[in-house]
Amino acid sequence: MSAIPVAAPALPPQMIAARVAGIAQETSDTYTLTLEAAGEGPALPAFQPGQFSMLYVCGVGEMPISISGGSVEGGRHVYTVRSVGKATHALVHSAKGAMVGVRGPFGTAWPLEEARGKDVIVAAGGIGLAPLRGAIEQILHNRSDYGHLVVLYGARSPRDLLYRKQLAEWGRKKKVEVLVTVDYAGEKWRGNVGVVTTLFRYVRLNPEGTVAMICGPEIMMRYVVRELARRAVPDEAIYLSMERNMKCALGFCGHCQLGPYFVCKDGPVFPYTAMRPWLDKHEA
Amino acid sequence: METKALIEALRGSQFLEGLKQNHIQKIAEMAMEVQFSRDQIIFREGDECGLFYLLLSGKVALEISAPGRIVRVQTVGEGDELGWSSLLAGDGKQFQARSLEPVRALVFDGTRLRQACEEDPAFGYNLMLRIVKVVSRRLQATRLQLLDLYAPRGVKLV
Repeated sequence: MSAIPVAAPALPPQMIAARVAGIAQETSDTYTLTLEAAGEGPALPAFQPGQFSMLYVCGVGEMPISISGGSVEGGRHVYTVRSVGKATHALVHSAKGAMVGVRGPFGTAWPLEEARGKDVIVAAGGIGLAPLRGAIEQILHNRSDYGHLVVLYGARSPRDLLYRKQLAEWGRKKKVEVLVTVDYAGEKWRGNVGVVTTLFRYVRLNPEGTVAMICGPEIMMRYVVRELARRAVPDEAIYLSMERNMKCALGFCGHCQLGPYFVCKDGPVFPYTAMRPWLDKHEA
Repeated sequence: METKALIEALRGSQFLEGLKQNHIQKIAEMAMEVQFSRDQIIFREGDECGLFYLLLSGKVALEISAPGRIVRVQTVGEGDELGWSSLLAGDGKQFQARSLEPVRALVFDGTRLRQACEEDPAFGYNLMLRIVKVVSRRLQATRLQLLDLYAPRGVKLV
């Protein structure tokens, strides 16, 4: 039995008071909030795409939320939040100007350095596009550092698509291919229908020179990995964002333990090679 | 489309990838190019249409009618096949196919293809192997769709 690494004692980052600078509704239950430092207080910390923060709504609770943008502009954080419980409901219904506590950033980031000079394929499902948005923005901001960018995005229905305007903007850029699909649609939808893995039929990959970044429901990620394997993309070039049951963000509470890892501390972005033994386990 | 261009198009098809030259030739002899304009119904649910298509360009939606609405269950595009059930004698079409964009395709008579399979079992085996792969891939995709992976957590199956 392999030893489980013991979390090193660490002081949690100081909570910073932020203000809601903007809020936009993405879908029926999902909103994108832009936060900026409140008044003369400390600035919001720098972060790397893929990391997350603990956001605190006064008197309601704290929750881990992936940072989905802001790194390119600096000074602001963007969070896309789905209302699924008391704390997220309160957060997405914050008024403009409302105060929110921010601790972080926590966790690992997407391998943007490793991907330099290579093609990048991003595969996202549902709200899984949110943690990848910052990485896509970074790649587009430093366009000459990367090769071809392919974004494959699947959602439940056309109404559930995030960042519609941005998806269209990304797709118009050179050396960028954005393919979107939904699981179900009515007759007004002119786009693709089918699960996200069906989009692989329409892309050509250079397997030796591609880095894959995936985020979505775990079953979806497993099938995406299989499609990449069929196209000979090496396991070592595949990265996943796991977002299981994170609570404390410090690896203390154990809620997010996955085999020998704590997702909040050792992840949420993992090389697939580390996740391979654990992805299809019913309990790990 | 000239025979040479036809053979090139068939060679480039993912569906026929790896098929021997003589088998490609055999298929080419049965192919005819067709075009559909946007929003054209290619076949309807229940049709006894015995045609099989390989799409060269454009996008086609497979739809099912429900009271007062049409549900799109899948789209197929360049390099995909459409109407595989025409290779199996019997039932009519399960879905309606509608072109979402202008479509170019190669069309085959399912009965003629089946006859060719019976006359040349090696050809038939290779063609049916590809059909089974298509059916398997679509079955897997349908199962994933049924899982409703993007539903909010807490929505439980009974």
